[in-house]
Amino acid sequence: MSEHKITLTVNGREMSGHAEARLTLVDFLRDVLGQTGTHIGCEHGVCGACSVVMDGKPVRSCLMFAVMADGHEITTVEGLEGPNGELSPLQDAFWENHAMQCGYCTPGMLIATHTLLQENPDPDEAEIREAIGGNLCRCTGYQQIVEAVQMAAKKVQEAS
Amino acid sequence: MKAANFDYVRVASINEACQALADGGEDARIIAGGQTMIPLMAMRLARPSLLIDINDVSELAGITVAGDHLIIRAGTRQADTLASEVVKSQLPLLADALSHVGHTQTRNRGTIGGSLVNADPSAEIPLIAQTLDATIVAQSTRGQRTIAAGDFFDSAMATTLAPDECLVEARFPIWPSENTGFGFHEVSIRNSDYALAAAAAQTTLDENGNCLRLSIAICGASPAPLRLINVEQALTGSELSDNMIKAACANIDDLIDPQSDVHADAAYRGRVAKVVAARAIGDARDRAKGILV
Ligand code: FES
Ligand code: FES
Repeated sequence: MSEHKITLTVNGREMSGHAEARLTLVDFLRDVLGQTGTHIGCEHGVCGACSVVMDGKPVRSCLMFAVMADGHEITTVEGLEGPNGELSPLQDAFWENHAMQCGYCTPGMLIATHTLLQENPDPDEAEIREAIGGNLCRCTGYQQIVEAVQMAAKKVQEAS
Repeated sequence: MKAANFDYVRVASINEACQALADGGEDARIIAGGQTMIPLMAMRLARPSLLIDINDVSELAGITVAGDHLIIRAGTRQADTLASEVVKSQLPLLADALSHVGHTQTRNRGTIGGSLVNADPSAEIPLIAQTLDATIVAQSTRGQRTIAAGDFFDSAMATTLAPDECLVEARFPIWPSENTGFGFHEVSIRNSDYALAAAAAQTTLDENGNCLRLSIAICGASPAPLRLINVEQALTGSELSDNMIKAACANIDDLIDPQSDVHADAAYRGRVAKVVAARAIGDARDRAKGILV
């Protein structure tokens, strides 16, 4: 069965490794490239925990074989921090608002809401809920996550 | 929940894809967005021997208008179709239905063609193809052929595509916009989940407000999306009053074949199908009259 050399740009750095065609992108990121920030929940496209940004758009990394991403640009939750390792305004707002409990869904939630704010810096509550509609959280009840995104949007707008 | 082993090849043109399918044998499969195929592989419900990746085939992406048809190439992403201004203006029924398909993350990968070939009995894109009588274009090393939507959807998760054929585009008829309206209604357990039942309708009224032309189809209550021909016949020429619509849609028990599952039993699904069908026709009428936007 086919084995492939796969090269990705992950958070701005070119990284490569070898994998069987059947290895999913999330397993490749975690097990081959050692980028363990992205979480694996359901492994079949239901929970959104594995969300990453591919070529600027949020996708589920368990619903792609790594070989299909060869040559593409990926941003994971590790890529959201500031230049000196500080939390991004969105990450900071998650912390401020207690938008996580166990933290399992958090990388996916951050990726989904980060891409939302890039496209739409001032989303209303319905737009935020729509953006996280594909991400399950079993702890928070979502309310604090929505509030965190609202706070992040406000802070970024005030700063600019 | 890991897929079984398979071989993988990335192709750059439709001809290469068709050649790879012809050489790959019965268990070779095309993969585009993978949003249905990869879960099926993870659950070992599908075990293709070879995946032919068409994501780099630029001739398989894009939306164009040709005469009175809107042509969507098979590999066009659902998200791009949903964002398309020409789809919004020429095929608003499809644009409305697409907002119910999956989530942002899956629409960014999932394609129009992928949804058509997967032919899930409760999927929205096949429903719209059936409602509007889209023409499906398939290609193989043996040549190209066109298939009417009515002949394309065979049963649940099955189409009449041959194993060596690659879907290349779907052609959706554009109706003259004057006095025309659409309606789409769906009932699902959660927002963006698969529909328990959904209905899509489009109608054109004459100058007196009577129904000149009506298309109505439902999904979720039959193995494949189903045109309600008897409802169309009963209502064409009528004034489309709420009572007439309701009466016509109550009369579909002979056509539908709803199944029970953990989410809903067959009787409930059948009832929902009638209700959403009537609502879709009512909205189509109101949009055609300009009283609903
Ligand atoms: S792990 Fe990918 S969607 Fe659940
Ligand atoms: S914080 Fe536990 S799943 Fe979201």
